[in-house]
Amino acid sequence: MSLIDILTMRNELLLTILAMVLLIIDLNLNHAQKSRMIPISIGLFLVVTLIGFIPQPDKTLFGGMYHTNGLVQLMKNILNIGVLIILFQSVGWLRNPANNSKISEYFFLLVTTLIGMNFMISSGDFLMLYLGLELATIPVAALAAFTHFNTKSSEAGIKLLLSSALSSGILLYGISMIYGSTGSIYFDTIGAAYANVPLQVLAFIFFFTGMAFKISLVPFHLWTADVYEGAPINVTSYLSVISKGAAAFILIIVMFTVFKTLAPAYKNMIYLVAVLTMTIGNLFAMRQKNMKRFLAFSSIAQAGFILLGILGTNKMGMTSVVYFVLVYIFSNLGAFGVVAAISAKTGKEHMDDYDGLYLTNPKLSLLMMLSMFSLAGIPPVAGFFGKMFLFMSAASNGYYWLVFIAVLNATISLYYYLLVVKAMFINKNEQPIATFQSDGYTKIGLMLCALGIFILGFASQVYEFINGLTFGI
Amino acid sequence: MNILTLFVVIPVLTVAGILFTKDLKQSRMVSAIGMTLQLILSAVLVYLYVTERQAGNMAPMLFTFDALWFPALNIHYAVGVDGISVAMIALTGVVVFAGIFASWRMEFLSREFFISLILLATGVFGFFISLDLFTMFLFYEIAVIPMYLLIGIWGSGPKEYSAMKLTLMLMGGSALLMVGILGIYFFSAPAGGQLTFNVLEIAKHQIPIEMQRFLFPFTFIGFGILGALFPFHTWSPDGHASAPTAVSMLHAGVLMKLGGYGAFRVAIYLMPEAAHEQAWIFIILTTISVVYGAFGAIFQKDLKYINAYSSVSHCGLVLFAVLMMNQTAFTGAVIQMISHGLMTALFFALIGMIYGRTHTRMIDEMGGLMKVIPFLGVVYVIAGLASLGLPGFSGFVAEMTIFFGAYQHVDLFHRVATIVAVSSIVITAVYILRVVGVLLMGPIKDKHFLHLEDANWYERLSTITLVVGITFIGMAPLWLSDMINFSLAPLIAKLATIQLPGM
Repeated sequence: MSLIDILTMRNELLLTILAMVLLIIDLNLNHAQKSRMIPISIGLFLVVTLIGFIPQPDKTLFGGMYHTNGLVQLMKNILNIGVLIILFQSVGWLRNPANNSKISEYFFLLVTTLIGMNFMISSGDFLMLYLGLELATIPVAALAAFTHFNTKSSEAGIKLLLSSALSSGILLYGISMIYGSTGSIYFDTIGAAYANVPLQVLAFIFFFTGMAFKISLVPFHLWTADVYEGAPINVTSYLSVISKGAAAFILIIVMFTVFKTLAPAYKNMIYLVAVLTMTIGNLFAMRQKNMKRFLAFSSIAQAGFILLGILGTNKMGMTSVVYFVLVYIFSNLGAFGVVAAISAKTGKEHMDDYDGLYLTNPKLSLLMMLSMFSLAGIPPVAGFFGKMFLFMSAASNGYYWLVFIAVLNATISLYYYLLVVKAMFINKNEQPIATFQSDGYTKIGLMLCALGIFILGFASQVYEFINGLTFGI
Repeated sequence: MNILTLFVVIPVLTVAGILFTKDLKQSRMVSAIGMTLQLILSAVLVYLYVTERQAGNMAPMLFTFDALWFPALNIHYAVGVDGISVAMIALTGVVVFAGIFASWRMEFLSREFFISLILLATGVFGFFISLDLFTMFLFYEIAVIPMYLLIGIWGSGPKEYSAMKLTLMLMGGSALLMVGILGIYFFSAPAGGQLTFNVLEIAKHQIPIEMQRFLFPFTFIGFGILGALFPFHTWSPDGHASAPTAVSMLHAGVLMKLGGYGAFRVAIYLMPEAAHEQAWIFIILTTISVVYGAFGAIFQKDLKYINAYSSVSHCGLVLFAVLMMNQTAFTGAVIQMISHGLMTALFFALIGMIYGRTHTRMIDEMGGLMKVIPFLGVVYVIAGLASLGLPGFSGFVAEMTIFFGAYQHVDLFHRVATIVAVSSIVITAVYILRVVGVLLMGPIKDKHFLHLEDANWYERLSTITLVVGITFIGMAPLWLSDMINFSLAPLIAKLATIQLPGM
């Protein structure tokens, strides 16, 4: 390995440099100049994102611990785009006087956790996977407790930390059993040696449970609502979109490579978890009135749909999962972006506060409606295509009843998504949220979401491109 | 550009145009221009279609256009029309046109209203031109979802409840449909063959009978919910009663026909064996729809509810005819769809206009309207007579054809079902004549009614368009049935070849 090979890790390296640079610049700014961090950070991150699109040859480093290929690069790019949108959307909140002194910490922590996720997706063995996972989790806990003067926020940080610690423990236990029974931690070696023996099945279950915590699948979802509600809204959107997406990416890669021989054994389990996750997520979401909690539970239900693609166990399945996550990032960030914009200006987060929003803020309401339709899977917006392809991949394996349950759940979810639409468009309100203008960054962030929601579905090239990189069992 | 694609492009451009308008005057003008173009285009399509057929073009679908959309899944944007879809497109063109003029004074959020209305129409047009199940499903859902806003924002009565009920029930229907369509897709070709969503391609291949048995109920009920199949019809009366006039017109007139058309084009055409086996269950259900809807209408006092229940009855008749599976009944089903579409749209338009004047829809509170608003009164009588099947109007032709077709089955079960269904004609006469008697004749109950004004020019335009359609079909039914008959040939040929296990 020559020194130049290190450049294969360009995403991670660039992000690390970015994190350092941000800290150094911050040292040289006095209190009044802190807000300059915003354009600097976003500009630099934009550069990193763009560099990610330069093609790169497939390569393996450190004897197989780290690898990269077209698919991995694509996943990293998807996450980068998501984070970029979140950065745009956070500006309104960061400019609040209370957060002004901590602007660079926010960017630093966000970039650090992204480094962890990139390592996680690129991992070629369980050690790297675990390191990446931890690196991704701990800064998020700090972010969740970002507004530490707010009790709920501190509580969210502690809860996230504790539940992550527990899930990491479970995950590690699973990994140790895998190592114990196969004698290796490398994906390739394990994949070849894995068999349907009790200890290895048990190891898989522990591993899956650990990951299920991260993706907040039922019954490991209980931390989600409190953490999502307590954390600052932009951190919540990060948790529900980027964290979840990254974990789903690595989960499907591992399921399709390391545990592929177990596929016949784990199908029933995933079937059950999928049904539970969709249904329970939906039932809880229906009763939520706080927008953050509402989106938290709806994102639990969305995670259940991802499992349908994993059950597809074929190329179509993986393509549909990656595609769905991509679409989901745009739709969910659209919703979170609107909630964040309103919260930054007025501090209101309750669904009843949204009554009559269309008459005062039509553009925000329209974007919110599009996002809701996209999350519910209503055409012609992208969410329809995302869900449809997931259903197709499950149906390709003959899971018609599961598809039926899933579509029924999509219909139930439509009910509560429509409640938001109803509040904005139909309900009357004596004192609606006054008309306001968001700052330019937030507008860009929202525009990007709207564009994505509109274009991703019709542009079949996106799907084809993803399909060219994926693989099945 | 392909002429059929224009049917989607024009409404989308109209919507884009409305976005730039400022007030009611401008937005209704843009909508009117767009939908007039669309109506003209429908007429041109009918003309082109007929000339093409007379020139001897025997292809099952004309004006086809096919573009690969998602290569990996073999999803196409494939369009094409036969006589049945041409007829449905013409119907939609007429009803949407009339609907725009019926909502000429939509003051509240007028821009948004016309946008939603035309989006709905886009979905319907798209559905009828699609040959690919994927795009068909896509357009189907596009047609359903604007209903929520249309009823929820501009509706009356318990509008939020009705809107939610309607949307969720129809989306539940599309849940069933989704399973059906995906199942059809994965068995659309022999093992190892290229899977496809294209209806014509799938029809060439026989879906395994076990799969048909599983998928047929999903598909048929999925479409049936939209066609108000008993017991899934409950969204229909509430939805129609709460919806604003133009939406009721479009929904009862066109959207419910998506159900009948889909049941016919997808469920029966692609899975004839299972249809044959399971038809008896659905014949029972549709017979109940027909009779129950008619009885329901008798006991209602609200004009809109009366018409909504009568729609359940008439749309039930469409599904009933489809399940009879012979040429005559199929022809009857299509004519009934067209006829009912025009008739019910006319009814809802009139109810809206009467309500706009009297501010009530309760028949008890009205009376003698014929004396003060003779134009609307006469048109109401025409609609009523057409609805109860008076010869000379479209309703007669449609119902006659259906019952003739149904009676061709010689076994006891079909005969009984037919006779029961026929009884609905009598019940229909009861509720229609009762309404006409109370509403239009008799003394004027409220002296405010003495000062009512008769129809304006736009109301006249809207209603006359529909009346012309109804009488045209009533007077020259052969013209329409010729167009349909030819297109039924492939289906009839397919039905003739099916082998039933154990027969």
